[in-house]
Amino acid sequence: MTLIKIDHQSWIDGIKKAKAAYRVFGPVKEKKDHEFKLLDEDRMPDLDCQNTRMSPKAIIYPQSQIMFNYSLDESKDDCRIMKEVENVSSPQAIIGIRPCDALAFPIVRRNFDTPEYQDTYWVKAYEATTFVGLACSSACGTCFCTSAGTGPFGEEGLDVLMVADGDGFYANPLTEKGRAFVKTAGWTGKADSNAAEKIEQMKTAAEASVTSSVATDRLHDKTILELYNAPFWEQDAFACINCGTCTYICPTCWCFDVQDEISGKSGVRMRNWDSCMSPLFTLHASGHNPRPQKHERLRQRFMHKLKYYVDKYDNGIQCVGCGRCIRLCPVNIDIRSICNKMNNFDANACVCKVTSA
Amino acid sequence: MQNPYLPYPVRIDEIITETEDKSLKTFKFVFLNPGDEEKFAYESGQFGELSIPGLGEIPIGIASSPMEKGFIKFTVFKTGKVTSYLHAMREGDIMGVRGPLGHPFPWKTLEGKNIVIIGGGFAFTTLRSSIVSILDPANRSKFKDIHVIYGARTPGMLLYKEELKAWAARDDIHMNITVDGTNDPDWKYLKGFVPTITGEKAPPGAEDTYAIICGPPVMIKFTQPVLDKLGYSHDNIIMSLENRMKCGIGICGRCNIGKDFVCKDGPVFTLSQLNAMPKEY
Repeated sequence: MTLIKIDHQSWIDGIKKAKAAYRVFGPVKEKKDHEFKLLDEDRMPDLDCQNTRMSPKAIIYPQSQIMFNYSLDESKDDCRIMKEVENVSSPQAIIGIRPCDALAFPIVRRNFDTPEYQDTYWVKAYEATTFVGLACSSACGTCFCTSAGTGPFGEEGLDVLMVADGDGFYANPLTEKGRAFVKTAGWTGKADSNAAEKIEQMKTAAEASVTSSVATDRLHDKTILELYNAPFWEQDAFACINCGTCTYICPTCWCFDVQDEISGKSGVRMRNWDSCMSPLFTLHASGHNPRPQKHERLRQRFMHKLKYYVDKYDNGIQCVGCGRCIRLCPVNIDIRSICNKMNNFDANACVCKVTSA
Repeated sequence: MQNPYLPYPVRIDEIITETEDKSLKTFKFVFLNPGDEEKFAYESGQFGELSIPGLGEIPIGIASSPMEKGFIKFTVFKTGKVTSYLHAMREGDIMGVRGPLGHPFPWKTLEGKNIVIIGGGFAFTTLRSSIVSILDPANRSKFKDIHVIYGARTPGMLLYKEELKAWAARDDIHMNITVDGTNDPDWKYLKGFVPTITGEKAPPGAEDTYAIICGPPVMIKFTQPVLDKLGYSHDNIIMSLENRMKCGIGICGRCNIGKDFVCKDGPVFTLSQLNAMPKEY
């Protein structure tokens, strides 16, 4: 491990230098909240925030993305022929991404980059991105990253892990991409010999500040139908208004819709984030809907993240413990309690027969 | 890296109105670019996304057989935005097709077996593809007895009427064509619902006998107990699901049921597989 020390001035200089070679994204304060934005020449990332309200998934996977364009002009030879829009991703870097949000990308990658099909839009943007993360010094009350596959100093999904130290940082380049970024930024200052120990202490303290957790060890052993037919879904969905906020702000929700939009004699085919909370998501043209009720849609979201994904990839849950859905749910539905309920559910424990009169 | 969302451009070569109510038309497409037909190499049971620029895409089972060269065919029921527009398109019009998508019927497993093909209404398209493939001289000897039970509401609602007639005249396939009812004095095939006819005409279940069922939910619901009674194991009952789809390649998440995507992991599933999945279709 070659730890680098970045003092305040070389931080400012380094970000400037990086902007010459990368499109640099970072959290900045927009109105009330911090959001990840493309930083123009003069703007520095503002790392003095807990985490952004929206996850940074849109940097790789825009909420609305044009895939193809076409002409509908009958006098043209290429009328009604789909053409790929230019899809070249120039190098970009996300500065100050938190370890939870960084882990979301490898999780989502299993869906977008498969042996059979590569989603060219997602894959190209992902491959062009360098993830320069910032360790969390203390957790929010809704964080549960340490039981969701990462932690405040988690490294998976990151190319560089930075740790704040006074008005500067320690930086640990983790990958080739990360070392290239550090080099471009001109960060060469070597950290003192006691830095590693200091970081280890900060890590221990940060991990201890994560006080909530989920249990996931027994999710895999239950059958899909046991959990699907568990009696708690209707009650847990009682307050849900299917607003879709949870899917929108979630770093690991990836479902999308494809739509055509035309203007005059030309058109585009685009994809837009979609949500399994919407009844239209599954509505057949015939009028039949496989998930017509709200509790079925709520169940779909949690089952997908905490059971279907677990079974399909054998690589943990499709959740990074960022806690956004807990903070922003208007009716206080809490993924932690639902996950624990699923993990503890014993289909055989309640053998009482329900009979109707 | 190949863009899996990019359709092949095709020209509508022929449009055939299949049913008396004109709600079903078969579209025959030819590929505009040489080489695309080869890339679209498919097997019976797979589907494609028909792509109309300005309207969108629809997942439709492939009705032609891989033994038929030079074109691909899809039979489409007029029901939503894209299908209604497609029904108004004309021969010569340009659109797109993406695929082939999903898994075909398990042809390797089916080799050397008896096959009972059960279809109802307009869910007979990939079954037509299958029958054409099986009856091809290059393939027929690979299979044992072939039974077909195909029903529609009326004689005028049957798909592929000329082919049905030709198959019924053959001695290497047992055709049971049925309608729910008809006043036509010249109707020379069967009358009765598909589940009833299945009970009367399908061979008993056996290790080397497989049933492929495609049809409306109500037909499937009442046919399944009939097959149970005939002794079919649920591993030997093969079905094809439909769900709302967009990407067709297991990425957009829309057709998800349990850990499977209907588009990529299906649409073909055995009844045993379906029994372990939520009934969200």
